[in-house]
Amino acid sequence: MGKLKIAVYWAASCGGCEISVLEIHHHITQLMDAADLVFCPCLVDTKYADVEAMDDDAIDLCLFNGAIRTEENVHLAELLRRTSKTLVAFGACASAGGIPGIANASTLEALMERVYLTTPSTDNPDGVMPQPSTDMGEGVRLTLPKLLPMVKALHHVVPVDYTVPGCPPEGKQVWRVIEAVVSGDLPPPGAVLGAGDRTVCDECRLEKRDTKITAFVRPHELIPDNTTCLLEQGMVCMGPATRSGCDARCPDVNMPCRGCYGPAGDGFNEDAGLKMIGVLGGLLEPGNEDALRSLMDEIADPVGTLYRFGLPGSMLGRAAQAPGNRDDAE
Amino acid sequence: MAYEPKLLGILCHWCSYSASDAAGAARLSVPANLRTMRVMCTGRVDPTLVIQALQRGADGVLICGCHLGDCHYNSGNQRALGRFHLLSRLLADLGLEPDRVRLEWVSAGESERYAELAHHMTKRLRNLGPFQWPTLDTATTEVIRNG
Ligand code: SF4
Ligand code: SF4
Ligand code: SF4
Repeated sequence: MGKLKIAVYWAASCGGCEISVLEIHHHITQLMDAADLVFCPCLVDTKYADVEAMDDDAIDLCLFNGAIRTEENVHLAELLRRTSKTLVAFGACASAGGIPGIANASTLEALMERVYLTTPSTDNPDGVMPQPSTDMGEGVRLTLPKLLPMVKALHHVVPVDYTVPGCPPEGKQVWRVIEAVVSGDLPPPGAVLGAGDRTVCDECRLEKRDTKITAFVRPHELIPDNTTCLLEQGMVCMGPATRSGCDARCPDVNMPCRGCYGPAGDGFNEDAGLKMIGVLGGLLEPGNEDALRSLMDEIADPVGTLYRFGLPGSMLGRAAQAPGNRDDAE
Repeated sequence: MAYEPKLLGILCHWCSYSASDAAGAARLSVPANLRTMRVMCTGRVDPTLVIQALQRGADGVLICGCHLGDCHYNSGNQRALGRFHLLSRLLADLGLEPDRVRLEWVSAGESERYAELAHHMTKRLRNLGPFQWPTLDTATTEVIRNG
């Protein structure tokens, strides 16, 4: 067998997923022995035209990271689907929409206005807005890809063979996935690779003592006792609703889990945010109506807290994509 | 045909389900829009169930349990209240209509209030119109799930 052809592409991405491929450390030499990087705009100088010229299934493995935010992202998703034998949604953004997906809590118009006109650090007195096409004179026209009305995950636009969760996926898990592809020892398509099938709590060393929550705190407000479950100390730790696989690295260093490995269980049917509300409800110190409500009001930003890495892929996030349901016209 | 909302009632066994029974026995008018589901306690109502009901065709959900202090399991309804409150905040932040989901306390003796609530909630849903579940990506999700 010749060398495998591998592509790593970033759509609406931060670049962290590319870095996580390097986190396989010394295995990188093994990877380079077994495979050629045929397309990776972050690391090698290849052009879209090179991929457009490729035959169907010419690439053995494509690690596609980043969410689908622009028409360019859709084009590359379709192109890499056609040219890749195995297409992997790599990282939280490609798997479920990731951080960029929180934008779906707002409308595109509100978002553009906020970013380009009204943030405290914006200085744009002429109200210049980015345009998909600008005539520069002398026959020169500059174009930018159009934004989609909503952020999507990769599987919302093309069929995906495997999902590797994490923001970014953990190095050890990345290597496990590459090994599986190189050896051909893969589960049937549709599976989640590079993660466990339990919850972060399951891998967490902190102890649960059945303490009820009397107040919620944010990570900067408390130096936690590092032997006790953070949730029971009042931090919203997404561990109970999040898929295992990262060795509970955040709670291990006193940071609550933010849920980057996606919902535990059968990911496509579970909604981590809703599960987490269920968990939180069971942990509140009993009290009267007002006390219970104001305790829940202490949780800042429910969308950003409960769906930090997967609003577009979640059950509730999909409901918010039907324009008829939205009561906010602005 | 005029739009008729579908309302799911989730009733706790000890109080609200008895109220609904009594409403039936007393021949009180309860709209046919309401379909009920009995649970042992509102503390069992995972928010996932509520949203799944909307996903599968309900236009609204009415959760009824014992008054605070009367819970057969002491604090089940307190859990329900906390969950419901956070769920409402979440729905509002996502631009979804929190009015589609409602939590009320209905004791076994309050069959008239139960019937009124059902009418009131049905009217509210009639005004809101159907809840739409987007089909845009379910086809692909289906493909992936089934390999
Ligand atoms: S999953 Fe995380 S690391 Fe990867 S592109 Fe998205 S934000 Fe960056
Ligand atoms: S809730 Fe968080 S801190 Fe507590 S056991 Fe689970 S992962 Fe660990
Ligand atoms: S603890 Fe949670 S947020 Fe941290 S890496 Fe693991 S899954 Fe991600």
